[in-house]
Amino acid sequence: MSNSTDTPAGSVKPGGPISQFMRSTEIDPRLVGMVGALLLIWVGFHLYSVLFMGGGTFLTPRNLWNLSVQTASIGIMATGMVLIIITRNIDLSVGSLVGVTGMVMGILQVEVLPAYLGLGHPAIWAITAVVGILVGALIGSFHGWLSAYRGIPSFIVTLGGLMVWRSAAFLAANGKTISPVDESFALLGGGPYGAIGQLGSWIVGLIGCVGVIYMIGKGRKNRKKHGFVLRPIWAEYFMTILSCGVVLGSVVVVNAYPWPAGILKQYYEKLGQEVPADVFISHGFAYPVLILAAAGVAMTILMTRTRFGRYVFAIGGNPEAAALAGINTQAMTVSIFTLMGALSGLAGVVASARLNSATNALGVGDELFVIAAAVIGGTSLAGGVGTIYGAILGALVMKSLQTGMVLIGFDTAVQNMVVGAVLVLAVWLDNTYRKRIK
Amino acid sequence: MSTNRGTPLVEMRDISISFGGIKAVDHVTVDLYPGEVVGLLGHNGAGKSTLVKCLSGAYQAETGEILINGQKVCIKDPRDARALNIETIYQTLALADNLDAASNLFLGRELVNAFGFVDESKMEAEARKIMARLNPNFNKFAAPVSALSGGQRQSVAIARAVYFNARILIMDEPTAALGPHESQMVAELIQELKAQGLGIFLIEHDIHNVMKLCDRAVVMKNGQRVGTVNVNEVTDDDILGMIIMGKKPAQAA
Repeated sequence: MSNSTDTPAGSVKPGGPISQFMRSTEIDPRLVGMVGALLLIWVGFHLYSVLFMGGGTFLTPRNLWNLSVQTASIGIMATGMVLIIITRNIDLSVGSLVGVTGMVMGILQVEVLPAYLGLGHPAIWAITAVVGILVGALIGSFHGWLSAYRGIPSFIVTLGGLMVWRSAAFLAANGKTISPVDESFALLGGGPYGAIGQLGSWIVGLIGCVGVIYMIGKGRKNRKKHGFVLRPIWAEYFMTILSCGVVLGSVVVVNAYPWPAGILKQYYEKLGQEVPADVFISHGFAYPVLILAAAGVAMTILMTRTRFGRYVFAIGGNPEAAALAGINTQAMTVSIFTLMGALSGLAGVVASARLNSATNALGVGDELFVIAAAVIGGTSLAGGVGTIYGAILGALVMKSLQTGMVLIGFDTAVQNMVVGAVLVLAVWLDNTYRKRIK
Repeated sequence: MSTNRGTPLVEMRDISISFGGIKAVDHVTVDLYPGEVVGLLGHNGAGKSTLVKCLSGAYQAETGEILINGQKVCIKDPRDARALNIETIYQTLALADNLDAASNLFLGRELVNAFGFVDESKMEAEARKIMARLNPNFNKFAAPVSALSGGQRQSVAIARAVYFNARILIMDEPTAALGPHESQMVAELIQELKAQGLGIFLIEHDIHNVMKLCDRAVVMKNGQRVGTVNVNEVTDDDILGMIIMGKKPAQAA
């Protein structure tokens, strides 16, 4: 396998140092674009607050920590929306699913379970979360079945679902807000107690780094085994250091955000102690962020390492060819919508826990943010193309814009205009880029 | 013909299928023996592709039966056909344009490791092996097949059929999109596979290819079988007469 035909056609022309660098490291250029856009937004808002508001407020541990928590529920759903859009479908009902699963969970943990288990029973949060995810999965599979086996376009099925499930959430509690939720359940939404603290964050960060090193090492070993062209060793080191740097950098940021004075006082009062002077207790990664990370890793493995993921891409690329290759495309559609429903249920867990209540307005408009996140993250509405990490970055971009504008005091109308314009701009840039590489 | 003895590899008996009241295939019977190439000929819309799609599992016949090695079989979908070692190269190639050559080659039959995860490196290594045999100039293993030329795409589709040890091969106009050199390669491949004892249904418009590659030719018109001839007993004009006018020469069965 060492003859010249082995070399990819692209590397015949060396190109400039930048394109050579990109080829050696095999970084997706669109990932660079997205990260660049994200940094631009962050630095832009920070500079604006420095210049016009007398102090930088965006690039602070506190804001970045809040941003991470706010991104979680949209990000979780965006990982599922990627599959939906890759297979040329759409799901408009995810926001309503957050509402209805949130409401089911609210009623379950506040009105039903305490009657059987007693208030504050340690199993309540787990049962509630599992039921919420299952309800989401069930509704999703019903949508998928209607679309795959009854031939109704997914746009229509989920547009109907958008209205039906939102109203179901309203009817379930006659429009009441159910609050507060179970104490353990509320931790899943973040907050000072809903985070893993300094040591825990370092442990998570180190596990992340070990994972990165393992993946890169294994990739190299595999290429060697089959005699493929290897990445230059400096590129392997560069990628390792860069990835670990991002992971450990985020640990430093979340650990730099201390508990506020009120929480400290409450905490030490419970211990029956005075608040010590100079005490610094870090938040660390919030639970919803860890849930998002876990969902992202699991979905990435599903999409890149399993047959299921292959089939998702194949159906998106050419549904007819997928069917002729023996793939049961209808069953796949049901599975994909089921997964989307389950992730919406998981997002419902995070969103209702964060709000510490279930209201029928939970998740209103989320479907648009989720779809926008997937599309900004490079998922093509024409089908067949998309990545999980792209969608999570897309969610981060959307939420960064939103919180940034809140920080500098834009009102909601302006916020929505900017977010809408950015979505259109991002897709235009992506199309332009795609045409250029062809 | 001397090779046509014993049990046929494939028998399709009395096959009919209609779409919207129009009989696309109308009580057609064909058979195929090991080591034989049977050409399916006819105008566009004569029902050739529809007939073989009943064998490849894309369609299900309304009447008639299919026998493989004398055993009656039920082919409900493409998976059933693949399980019977029936491989198809479709006219449209049936490739997922967004995936690379190896992914298309193994589509629906991915190689997995002990943990059930797709073994991408092994698939690429296997793809390189088979492509080195079929099309030694092929080197675009990292690119999606949308970036390949017509001939390269064709070789991916052919590799898919050949890799999995087909016993029965259906080729729907395999040289339609190819240049002369690549067409020659396909012709050589057909000879090679035939020598290995495969049975091949070849849908082909080019009468010269038919005369060169096929042992027998089945001519169809308006969904019906006009007749079957041994290619070495007739002239190309005889076959053209069957295709155009539905005229059956004296030698036809």
